[in-house]
Amino acid sequence: MLKGLVIGCGRVGSSIALQLHQEGWDVTVLDENEDALSRLGERWPGTFIVGHGMDVDVLRGAGIEDADAVVVATDGDNTNIVIGQVAQKRFDVRCVVVRVLDPARAKFYAERGLDIICPTRVSIDRLLDAARACAIPAAAKAENG
Amino acid sequence: MYVIVAGGGKIGANVTRSLLRLGHEVTLIEQRRDRFERLEDEFEHQVQRGDATELYVLERAGIARPPDVVLALTGDDEDNMIIGQLAREKYGVPKVIGRVNDPRNQAHFDLLGISPTICTTSSVMALVEHEVPEHDLIRLLDLRRENLAIVEVQIDGASPSVGRSVETLALPEGARLISVMRGGHAEIAVGSTVLEAGDQVLAILEPGKEDELRRILLRR
Repeated sequence: MLKGLVIGCGRVGSSIALQLHQEGWDVTVLDENEDALSRLGERWPGTFIVGHGMDVDVLRGAGIEDADAVVVATDGDNTNIVIGQVAQKRFDVRCVVVRVLDPARAKFYAERGLDIICPTRVSIDRLLDAARACAIPAAAKAENG
Repeated sequence: MYVIVAGGGKIGANVTRSLLRLGHEVTLIEQRRDRFERLEDEFEHQVQRGDATELYVLERAGIARPPDVVLALTGDDEDNMIIGQLAREKYGVPKVIGRVNDPRNQAHFDLLGISPTICTTSSVMALVEHEVPEHDLIRLLDLRRENLAIVEVQIDGASPSVGRSVETLALPEGARLISVMRGGHAEIAVGSTVLEAGDQVLAILEPGKEDELRRILLRR
């Protein structure tokens, strides 16, 4: 069974944890706020640990040493980048995915070998595509008219 | 020289003031509006408002010149690590100094190559140990880049090393005695130096050799 560690149990982290669990993963969720557990539904069958992802003892307790994948999605970009690098460089986790909202930092750290998802960048690109798609009928209309 | 200071709390503001007084060119970056406004009264155009972990804020402060030194002195360790990494690795700043707020984060600073660092808690603890010696082996200085530490050992009457010369002590590989302080005078420790009760011995060692050194000098 694949082992996943999700750090940060907000909207994103909790959804990932629930989905991975449904797909048969053994999932551990880490959040510094106990109340975040409620995001995982009434009966979360996986493990939930209260603690900070910057604390290496907490990470070890959450099983980072034998995790197949670590998803870092707390609400702090810099916290995520640091935890992601700790998971990658200190604990040698092969698959580390990090959420970073700021496109500039996301680009820099992606170039340095961190696997980064930047929701802001994704939104910008999708919105741009949508706006460009509007230009196509407009251009056609201009041509016909 | 040109210095960028990130974080305008007590430490950052005082460091900025001191650097300016020494005639250096400084840009201070502070994120909080209330703090920024107070700092602006004093430092005028030499303080800028913004999040120093944002690239455009750093660039506005002139990080691409690059400055001679960047001081990451905010109250947030993650921010200080990111500022340090961006300064060094993206902009080629030759010297970065990072403030460690929580000593448990020291290992992360080391891992990310932010060095040197300054940690108030660790400094206070080192002073306490030095001034109120409860421990027989006190860590005086960590040479992180060299992976060495300098420690002080207090030799007492019960120590098995009393009356023995340094060359006859089976010191562990990776540990050497530097000096012996006796009666207010320090001498460089050489092979023929004989240890006496009351000596304060300085040693340099690789981290992890403390217990072996303690056993040989103190048998504890």
